[in-house]
Amino acid sequence: MADLVSHPDEVRVVSRRFGMGATNLDRYLELDGYKAVQKALGMGTDGIVNEVKNSGLRGRGGAGFSTGMKWSFVPKQASKPKYVLCNGDESEPGTCKDRLIFEHDPHAVIEGVVIAGLAVGSHTGYIYVRGEYRYLLDIMQKAIADAYVRGFLGKNIFGSGYDFDVYWHGGAGAYEVGEESALMESLEGKRGIPRIRPPFPAVVGLWGGPTVINNAETLASVPHIILGGAEWYASLGPPKNGGTRLFCLSGHLKRPGVYELPMGYNLRKMIFEVGGGIPDGRALKAVVPGGSSTPVLKSDEIDIAMDFDSVAKSGSMLGSGGVVVLDETTCMVKFALRTMKFYQHESCGWCIPCREGTDWLKKTLIRFHAGGGVNKDIDNMYYLSENMLGRTFCPLGDAAAMPTMAFIKKFRKEFEDHLDGKPCPFEKAGVVESVLA
Amino acid sequence: MRFSDQFETRFAEMITHYPTKRPVLVPTLLYAQDEAGYLSDEVIEEIAERLELTALDVRNVISYYSMLSTKPRGKYNVQVCTNIACMLRGGEELLEHCEKKLGIAHKGTTPDGQFSLEEVECIGACSWAPAVQVNYDFHENLTTEKMDRVLEGYAKKGAA
Repeated sequence: MADLVSHPDEVRVVSRRFGMGATNLDRYLELDGYKAVQKALGMGTDGIVNEVKNSGLRGRGGAGFSTGMKWSFVPKQASKPKYVLCNGDESEPGTCKDRLIFEHDPHAVIEGVVIAGLAVGSHTGYIYVRGEYRYLLDIMQKAIADAYVRGFLGKNIFGSGYDFDVYWHGGAGAYEVGEESALMESLEGKRGIPRIRPPFPAVVGLWGGPTVINNAETLASVPHIILGGAEWYASLGPPKNGGTRLFCLSGHLKRPGVYELPMGYNLRKMIFEVGGGIPDGRALKAVVPGGSSTPVLKSDEIDIAMDFDSVAKSGSMLGSGGVVVLDETTCMVKFALRTMKFYQHESCGWCIPCREGTDWLKKTLIRFHAGGGVNKDIDNMYYLSENMLGRTFCPLGDAAAMPTMAFIKKFRKEFEDHLDGKPCPFEKAGVVESVLA
Repeated sequence: MRFSDQFETRFAEMITHYPTKRPVLVPTLLYAQDEAGYLSDEVIEEIAERLELTALDVRNVISYYSMLSTKPRGKYNVQVCTNIACMLRGGEELLEHCEKKLGIAHKGTTPDGQFSLEEVECIGACSWAPAVQVNYDFHENLTTEKMDRVLEGYAKKGAA
């Protein structure tokens, strides 16, 4: 069970039931549970889609695409069954928010799945939970079973005449499965290898039927939008960046934790006020603003609003909400190496630029960090990363290339300090490389 | 090959959740591994037969997922995260400590079969780093001293 934190600047929407015992269905009902789905039953498909569109809700998994827009791509008439798929394969390093949603408010996810189903005319939803989160899969299984007993799921939900089934599904360890087309492959019982697009899942998804795929936090936000209204939700954040976000603060901070803050919250304030600043009087060196795949920001680049558009303007991405803070003692080459080791491990090997690129970059970074680097390596690593961009079926190749390019561009001097057999200036005496490196 | 009643009840229910049989494969493999310790030839044959797949189809899937293993492991699989958020807060030192303490390296198993050790990728505990999973249980905000207590706890449990 992960510890909860709080800060006065928090605006609790998705996290408002955290720590309140809402895994219990009666308690959830006391806390306005399942009211949104009953309201949605009377809104009609267009009514729901427009409400979510107007709320400015954008995908919390990382891409930041308009949720209402995504739903509107599902054809009204389809020859095959339509599906809703909740992505709970949370695996982006730096990200640990969906875990809290499943742990504290599983019924909100179920409610979000049903509302998404009503919006697109689907009758079946799946909630995919990553394999490592076994205790959460158990919580979700119980929540679904409880909802069936009350008639909130199954035939004729809430006496509406509408049938809707929700099923749980567990993974078995794979970062790439968090990518939506690989997620469908995994759910179908296969290796999680991405599918070519188009056709997009909204048209051809699970078993060939139109499929809506949303992140768990996105779906858990939907009931609040239906109940509170699009206008209220949109007003919590800057234009086109509606609502709040669960920011996962980690790394060199005095008070790491998952905090729900309005979209557009200042990054400097997030680090120094909400997260309590850097321990032991050390200085900030860099921030990874949205999970390991987002380009790093230097300490003088953090006066930005944490919303999709502002972070994009600063050359990075809001991503999945994982804010990783690095103090002055961090070796950026080592950090780049650990990041690449991850992507090399997780690359499925389907696309050559990703499979070969991540492996080559990892090997080069290991040699480089150990003092065996030559000047030419620095440009070669940048050039190779650049050539991985946009040349793979799924964004894993981009996710490995983008941060690498930023590390080199912004911290070139640190790479140069490792050249000519010099030992890593940050390495503590006696600390050996980890076994996988 | 016999699985527990709980496994069979769950399997019978899961198979009704999908339009085809194959989708139960990944979760079923993990539940089977929980009971058998690892995915032996016998387990693979059994699951393949139930789902009308070939053993090769099943092996092909197993090799993709990092949690699935075709080799026996310790009763307690100690999985130390060294990914970025954990690394910044001592994940690598923690791994090294576990290696010394248990006398085994990455993917190794102690001679008594009690513990195995694995360096793993992000387990979703970034805000509570450094973190370790022992089988499915999370242990967070760890120090080497806390880790010793965690390991001692499992050693006692395993001996009981």
